[in-house]
This record gives sequence, structure tokens and C-alpha cells, in this order.
Amino acid sequence: MWVLLVLVVIVGLWIVSAYNGLVSLKNQTANAFKQIDVQLKRRHDLIPNLVNAVKGAMDFERSTLEAVIQARNQAVKVNASGPEGIKQISQAENALSGALSRLLVTVERYPDLKATGNVGQLQEELTSTENRIAFARQLYNDTATQYNTKQQQFPTTLVAGLAHAERTDLWEIEDQAERAVPQVDLSRR
Amino acid sequence: MIGFVLFFAWLGFGGDYIWALSNNHHPFPWLGIVLTAAAIVTAWYAYKTGPEKVLWATGAHELIDPQTDAERQVANVVDEMAIAAGVPRPRLWIVPDPDPNAFATGHDPRDSHIAVTEGLLKICNRDELQAVIGHELGHVKNLDVRLMTTLAALVGAVLLVRDGMGRMMGRGGRLPGRSGGRRAKDAGPLLAILLALWVISWIIAPLVTQLLAMAVSRRREYLADAMSAQFTRNPLALASALEKIESAAAPTESIKRGAAHLCICDPLGRRLTNREGWLADTFATHPPMGMRISRLKGMGYAQLKKEGGSFTNSALA
Repeated sequence: MWVLLVLVVIVGLWIVSAYNGLVSLKNQTANAFKQIDVQLKRRHDLIPNLVNAVKGAMDFERSTLEAVIQARNQAVKVNASGPEGIKQISQAENALSGALSRLLVTVERYPDLKATGNVGQLQEELTSTENRIAFARQLYNDTATQYNTKQQQFPTTLVAGLAHAERTDLWEIEDQAERAVPQVDLSRR
Repeated sequence: MIGFVLFFAWLGFGGDYIWALSNNHHPFPWLGIVLTAAAIVTAWYAYKTGPEKVLWATGAHELIDPQTDAERQVANVVDEMAIAAGVPRPRLWIVPDPDPNAFATGHDPRDSHIAVTEGLLKICNRDELQAVIGHELGHVKNLDVRLMTTLAALVGAVLLVRDGMGRMMGRGGRLPGRSGGRRAKDAGPLLAILLALWVISWIIAPLVTQLLAMAVSRRREYLADAMSAQFTRNPLALASALEKIESAAAPTESIKRGAAHLCICDPLGRRLTNREGWLADTFATHPPMGMRISRLKGMGYAQLKKEGGSFTNSALA
């Protein structure tokens, strides 16, 4: 009789803690996703200023700058949100990342350019922006993986339905252009 | 923290108990109450003011509006690593010292501080800086900072209390021994053992707190190294940063002994830190540098193997 009661209490406590663990992970995942949004927004706001600042100094690389602006405008237009729209958002943002990394490589190609104050700053800001997004993405993927693993593992999977836990998508790099290592031309022109 | 209070409660109430045994009547346990209260107040005070004390002692100034390129870079790196760790951005402080070092302090992730020396900014490239800040944020995320900062303040406080009590005991402390000499025999060996234990505890009190700080610190260093690797996905950057920091072997002058266990590498430049064996295991605040570097390199090569030789983060920076 007593054994049964103790058993019921233990199982009850476990259900509560497993449920709470899942809910906490779910909210962490949502929060991590919001962090990517925050960083993407920051990048969108930053790019026009940066490009304006270096336009004069980089007159000869018009097309690279324009590609960045265009990709940025494309990315701003996407108005999907939340983990459901992850595919749409990531496609536009990956294109922008590709354009930006090409710009960085271009800047790298002209050592004299780096010496002009604005461009050195631009390079640092771009590197930092890209890192921020990469790290926010990394945090989201780590948290989401933890969440997915938790809800699929036995015995937590038994309460997954109770906690409305659903598989979340990871943020993947789909664009072939970004997967490829940027080509660096070392010959001086 | 609780251990600290209990230890002082033992010092106080133990003293009272011995007194009571030797006198055969029970006085009001004033020593125990006073000492326990003092320990609680000290611990609370150390907890509350620890971060300010540590930062003040190193002469750090906060970096609010970055001016130079190096300052902008370190401010950006702190932002990035805070994102990677998923903690609020810590406040950044610069210690005007040419020797490379870094430490973290604070109460919890919401209220944390990271300090780097000017020397560190000079010798580290972006990746290495990232790794070092990642290490410090690992301490912040593990809540090491609270424990270690409190310990730093406690080590100082214990020394103070011990010195004060020592002076008091020197003047009036022989009382129980003299009056209780005859009765001590009646109380038997229990009293003798207790008395011996009690006296020994008094002598080793500062040593105990310091050992506590060190034992906590060494294990945490490995953990923070691993967390840095997790945040940056680039353990080799931390390995090379540690190598650079180590080769600049000069002691960091602005960081005092009490805060040594907070830093990324032993600021006192003690040889002990690089040795292995039980002596170093007991008395060094940091694990041997060679060991840390080789562990990180192990992680790095495992990662290289898995990814087929390409790094994702270092490609950009």
C-alpha cells in the first residue's frame, strides 16, 4: 500500500519536472530564434549607412556594393516570422550573407583601402555583424537540437504530447553560394 | 559560502563548548554567536561588494564609448560572444597593464563584468580575443563568477579576522587553559581532542579558504575552456591565445594575490602553475598550462577531422 503511494508520488514528481523541462526548453528555443531576428534587423539597419560611408572610397567596386544593397532590400521585404517562416527568412538572409562576404573579400583585396578610416571600420563592423548572426544562429541550433532530442528521448517522449512539444526546424545553410568557400584572387590587378 | 559560515560557527561554538567543558558550567555562548554573526555579515558583505572591490583593486576603467580600433573590436567581440553564450552583454573593463590577462566577475549573468588588460588587446588577433572572452563568459554562464568573487573577498576577510582574533587571544586567550587545567582531566580525552582540533582550525582558517578557492578554480578552468570552444567552435584559437599569454610570462602587476583565481591564467607568474603532481594540484590556482593547451588542441583536431579540414567561423574573421 505504502509502496504504491510512494511510487505514485515519485512518478507524479517526475512528470511535473519533465513537463517543466520541456516547456522551459521550448521557450528558450523561441527566445533564441528571436535573437536571430534582432541581429538580422540590426544588419538591415546597418548596411545602408555602411555602404554610404564607403561609396566614395570604393567607386570602382560599384557592382559589389549594389549587390549588397539589393540583397538587403530583398531580405527586408520578407515578412514571414517565427520558426514557421524559417525557410523563407533563411533563404533571403543567406543571399545577403553571400553578398556581404564577397564585399569583405573585395575589401581585403585592396590593402590601401583598409588604411582609409571608414573602410577599416566598415570591415570590422561587417565582420562583427556576420559573427553576431552566425553566433545567434549557432545558439538557436544548439537550443533547438537540445529541445528536439529531449522530446524524442524515452521516457521524456511520454509527456511530449502533454507539453505540446513539436519538432523545430534548424537554421540551415541552403544557398550553394554560401556553402562554397569564397574565391580570393591574390594576383594584383 | 555555507561552508564558510559553518566553519566559523564551529570556531565560535566549539570554543564555547570547550570553555564550558573545562569550567563545568555553561556560560552564554557569546563567542559562538558573535563569530557566526561576523561570518554571516562578512560573507554577505563579500557577496555584495565583491565585484566592485575586485575591479577597483585592479584599477580598471569601464569601456563605454570605444574610440580606437582595438577598443571597437573588443567591444564587438564581447557583444558577439554574449550572443553565442545566450547571456546578456556583460560590462567591459580595461585594465591598464601591459601584461596579457583577463578575468570575469559579478553576481549572475544579468550583472557581470569582464576585464581585459591592454596587453591582451595588443597581442591577440580577433579569433584569439574571441576565445579568451568566450572563456570568461563560460565562467559567467556557469555562475563561477559569483562563487569565485565571493571567495576572493572572503580570503581577504579571513586574514583580517584571524589577525584580529590572534591579537585578542594573545592577551586574554590563555584564561580557559589556566583555570580549566585541573578540570580538564575530569572531562577526559574528549576535551583534549576538541581543544586540539579547535586550535588547529584557527591556525589553518586562512589556508582552508584559500585552498577552497583554488580547488574550485582549477576544475572550473577546464570547464570554461571547454565552454569557450563550444561558443567559438574554434578551440585552436584559445590554445594559441593561451600560448601567447604564457610566453609573456611577466607577472600581471595590477592583479593582486586575492583575485588570482579569477584570471584566465595565473597572474602571479608562479612556476607552480606549470608543474604537475600533488603539490601543484593542491596549491596552484590554475591547472598546468601545458595540460590546458593540449586538451584544447585535442578538441581542435577532433573537430578538424570531423569537418574534413574546414573551419566555419575562422573563414570569416
